[in-house]
Amino acid sequence: MEDERSFSDICGGRLALQRRYYSPSCREFCLSCPRLSLRSLTAVTCTVWLAAYGLFTLCENSMILSAAIFITLLGLLGYLHFVKIDQETLLIIDSLGIQMTSSYASGKESTTFIEMGKVKDVVINEAIYMKVIYYLCILLKDPMEPHGISQVVPVFQSAKPRLDCLIEVYRSCQEILAHQKATSASP
Amino acid sequence: MGLVSRGAAAAGVGAASAVVRPGPPHAVPHPIPTPPPEGAALGSSRVPGMVLKAFFPTCCASADSGLLVGRWVPEQSSAVVLAVVHFPFIPLQVKELLAQVHQAGRVGLAVLGTWCHRRQEAEESLGHFLEGLGTIFSHEPWLQLCREQGSKLWSCKATRRQVPPCPGAPYEDQVMLVFYDQRKVLLSQLHPPAALPDCLAGDAAPSAGGLAAVFDTVARSEALFRSDRFDDGPVRLSHWQSDGVEASILAELAKRASGPVCVLLACLLSLVSAASACRLFKLWPLSFVWSKLSVCEQLRHRLEQLTLVFSTQKAENPTQLMRKANVLVSVLLDVALGLALLSWLRGKDRIGPLAEALVPVADHVAEELQHLLQWLMGAPAGLKMNRALDQVLGRFFLYHLHLWISYIHLMSPFIERILWHVGLSACLGLTVALSILSDIIALLTFHIYCFYVYGARLYCLKICGLSSLWRLFRGKKWNVLRQRVDSCSYDLDQLFIGTLLFTILVFLLPTTALYYLVFTLLRLLVVAVQGLMHLLVDLINSLPLYSLGLRLCRPYRLAAGVKFRVLEHEAGRPLRLLMQINPLPYGRVVHTYRLPSCGCHPTHPWGSLCRKLFFGELIYPWRQRGDKQA
Repeated sequence: MEDERSFSDICGGRLALQRRYYSPSCREFCLSCPRLSLRSLTAVTCTVWLAAYGLFTLCENSMILSAAIFITLLGLLGYLHFVKIDQETLLIIDSLGIQMTSSYASGKESTTFIEMGKVKDVVINEAIYMKVIYYLCILLKDPMEPHGISQVVPVFQSAKPRLDCLIEVYRSCQEILAHQKATSASP
Repeated sequence: MGLVSRGAAAAGVGAASAVVRPGPPHAVPHPIPTPPPEGAALGSSRVPGMVLKAFFPTCCASADSGLLVGRWVPEQSSAVVLAVVHFPFIPLQVKELLAQVHQAGRVGLAVLGTWCHRRQEAEESLGHFLEGLGTIFSHEPWLQLCREQGSKLWSCKATRRQVPPCPGAPYEDQVMLVFYDQRKVLLSQLHPPAALPDCLAGDAAPSAGGLAAVFDTVARSEALFRSDRFDDGPVRLSHWQSDGVEASILAELAKRASGPVCVLLACLLSLVSAASACRLFKLWPLSFVWSKLSVCEQLRHRLEQLTLVFSTQKAENPTQLMRKANVLVSVLLDVALGLALLSWLRGKDRIGPLAEALVPVADHVAEELQHLLQWLMGAPAGLKMNRALDQVLGRFFLYHLHLWISYIHLMSPFIERILWHVGLSACLGLTVALSILSDIIALLTFHIYCFYVYGARLYCLKICGLSSLWRLFRGKKWNVLRQRVDSCSYDLDQLFIGTLLFTILVFLLPTTALYYLVFTLLRLLVVAVQGLMHLLVDLINSLPLYSLGLRLCRPYRLAAGVKFRVLEHEAGRPLRLLMQINPLPYGRVVHTYRLPSCGCHPTHPWGSLCRKLFFGELIYPWRQRGDKQA
């Protein structure tokens, strides 16, 4: 079962949330971030090249122009491969664990998988950063202390959706976690 | 292989065992009630209501029908399937094989269920037959996986025969299929390694958390994967090596050759280390010189590393093996770079011009220092110095410089020969060449070091005198016994002389401070250059190149974890996932497998360095080897 809805992130950009319910014990949430805008790309390239041309008129050295082209290309490739995240996915599988994937604009994917045995809970936290923002995070159990929390892992860090989107994801996750807790608590 | 019913005759087989061939149920002769294997006892303690996870190897997805053999982990309600046993088989021999693997790898395997790969239509009889097998190999829960030929849709069933522990729990469990690549999981190593204590006796090892148990199971069952389909063993298995056991001629040859080669090299290295530990080298002047030269440090380090690599003991765990491999690759790269440097030096015959340029460079440096001292003796930067002290210090340093230049000129005929031998040492490695270069720089700038020490000592003396006289000025003194400042009543003449001395020292302070500043800056410059070289040497010494290469070419060997992908799914069918290995990021590879270096780093934090500079204490930029252990 698959459906798609559009939300907005904390800066006002448009996000698309795709939900896939594979089975009662396996759900996937896919948030697509706004793409690289042509306007900002053109602006940055023009600035860099104008600055290089200005330096060239001062120094009369054509190496500056080639260097500027080189830097722009490398910078763009680096940005697409290391910085620009296109899509963030959260896959939650009952009794296996929770998996977070970030796909970059160049196609690179970086995945983290947390086993269900380490997950204590999934909560929405509040943070104050010039205004109040909400973020979804996974709380991990502390092996030493039974009621303690060893780590807080935030989810959807670059998409930064607003509260309404987070609530949808939170409800679904809690359904699965409740089932998981019920089965693990019974003797 | 035809699944049409064959004759029921168990030809040539004793009465105690029955060859099980596929066929209609009535053809199975005398199913012998066998005592339930150990697997049944494990299976009874499981978590009810949890989804049953079946880890299935991708290589067996196209195998013919048969029995599923693997390990059942009750705490996570997961069944790790390792291989498929094909018909015909004798149940007793299957159990013997499982017992053998249990002994070899200390992992408790059992027959987990049946696997049915329907190749033609209407093979219902096979289904019933397979269900009947459940009575021979009883295991809780009994897994039944079925697949249509050429279709991606599977059906799974897990049934229980025992009364469920709590009422209301179903007789059948929900099954989730997780496919894994058996070869990659076998060869990979999880980081951080799940610390499993070696079990002393008895059944399966205490299970590691979660998915580490899957890796552990596959790694321990290596004995199961030793036979392929070309062997004439009693039991026919399907696993990742069933198409032919993987082996490489080069690896085998290397293994055979490594034994004697290691023994030979270990003897050589022990001879060298015995020679270097000889009593002659412990005599005072030599031992002092050896401890100061960084070449000796580097050579000692390399000797230790090579002894480790060529020791005849086998590596106990994968970490040690990786360390040995890293050291070997690092040494080989070092030697290769050194030889490249050597060939570059010899190629255009650069040693001659280099040697000829060295003495004029040293002369030039000495001349610049002379100019500097003349400048200091005048009015440097417009400051007015105390003429007498200025002249004394300036003349003293000038004379020292003059001695140094004469020494260099004395050495000049021998420089080319020395450089030639130094260049030859590059074949021991680039790190050795760099260390020698750093030592040569230290020797050539020895006069700067001397000037720094003189200036620092003078300045330090002055500061000490000033601080104690300042205390006298205020009517206090330093109590050595109590290590604190106490008040004290001085006599008038003590106060008079003290104040006089204090005034003299204060007015002479700028001159001394300026000399100290200039020579400290020069010394720091030289230390910076040497530090850069040491940094490069350290980098070559400690970078784990083999691990980085492995991460680049065989990323599944170094695993940080796993990742899952949901495969094509249809409602009503069990969920199918693909488990892949998530490789370790490069930063963590370097961090985990870094080789220990000499430790010749500048170790002072900035605060204490500034304090030492202010008070004129001498700075030793890197710890000597003796201090490292303290």
